[in-house]
Amino acid sequence: MSEYDRAITVFSPDGHLFQVEYAQEAVKKGSTAVGIRGKDIVVLGVEKKSVAKLQEERTVRKICALDDHVCMAFAGLTADARIVINRARVECQSHRLTVEDPVTVEYITRHIATLKQRYTQSNGRRPFGISALIVGFDYDGTPRLYQTDPSGTYHYIALHANAIGRSAKTVREFLEKNYTEESIATDNEAIKLAIKALLEVVQSGGKNIELAVIRRNQSLKLLESKEIETLVTEIEKEKEEEAEKKKQKKST
Amino acid sequence: MFKLSDKILLLCVGEAGDTVQFAEYIQKNIQLYKMRNGYELSPKAAANFTRKNLADYLRSRTPYHVNLLLAGFDETDGPGLYYMDHLSALAKAPFAAHGYGAYLTLSILDRYYRPDLTRDEAVDLLKKCIEELNKRFILNLPSFSVRLIDKEGIHDLEKLMPVGAK
Repeated sequence: MSEYDRAITVFSPDGHLFQVEYAQEAVKKGSTAVGIRGKDIVVLGVEKKSVAKLQEERTVRKICALDDHVCMAFAGLTADARIVINRARVECQSHRLTVEDPVTVEYITRHIATLKQRYTQSNGRRPFGISALIVGFDYDGTPRLYQTDPSGTYHYIALHANAIGRSAKTVREFLEKNYTEESIATDNEAIKLAIKALLEVVQSGGKNIELAVIRRNQSLKLLESKEIETLVTEIEKEKEEEAEKKKQKKST
Repeated sequence: MFKLSDKILLLCVGEAGDTVQFAEYIQKNIQLYKMRNGYELSPKAAANFTRKNLADYLRSRTPYHVNLLLAGFDETDGPGLYYMDHLSALAKAPFAAHGYGAYLTLSILDRYYRPDLTRDEAVDLLKKCIEELNKRFILNLPSFSVRLIDKEGIHDLEKLMPVGAK
């Protein structure tokens, strides 16, 4: 069976493309990313890997703007992501040039997914080892969240939230439990939900979270660590209050 | 007039079609730079980038026959105006004009321009140029759209419509 690992364009006898599956393993090793679609805001959060003391922190960016109204976060091989992001950025401007309209989130997702699929079918090339969460607003104002993976498939996340990367399962379960209409009722609530989801799997809290938001008709904004710390303390206070209430209920 | 970025405008005149094609191409490439690098090109860099593109196309089978004025505001260098012609000559200038109207307006600008003009004085100088055109230029040019760039960005001023000569 190992002979089939080499040539990416070849199926194995039981119908697998092993290179693609290995690429998905590479994604599972990447740091977690979570995406939330609110009513007037879309939120992307990533787990920041702790950086060596001598390294400048801000040179490792996992959330990137593709255009003024679209951005993406990825999980997996950072170098591969750089290539995909560059191509997507060029395509965003190319689309604006030919069609005089900004890309829809679906269009750019489809473009990225097609690019990824091409690399699963040509000779001598390996697939991109990244999954991407692509968020943004279409020009009619609708917020959208999409996900792609190394095989080149893409999904529209109708249920407003998703996670990829190392602890994606845990985060997804948390989101399934805690995602309600009221949890994304306001912008602030949506941001807090993203932080809460990441706090489940990230060690040492707010310092290891990178968060970015896009609001309708505004461009990507990366939250500063101070803002994240404030929100984390808010969340922890809320948690304590919840725990207090539960204790009181039990005692009465 | 094409908005290249928050603080840069490109005025493109010349062959019909070439103007829009070239200007939009430059516009999208400037935006791509912003997406890739996280900050916008300075006016000087944008002007040189435009010049290089124009020069490359000049010696191809498809040259662009356009004359350009690029205006922008830089955080460190302040406001800047760049004159570029269809042969891809680039010059930073205190004032500039293209076309037949240039023969008339450059002399006005030469006479009345001072490096320390205030915003209102500069707009008045522009009005003087347009009055001169109204008086001596053979074609009737009934209305001019005016834009101004300062540290806050690009502003639309009201249209200038010179009244018939007395």
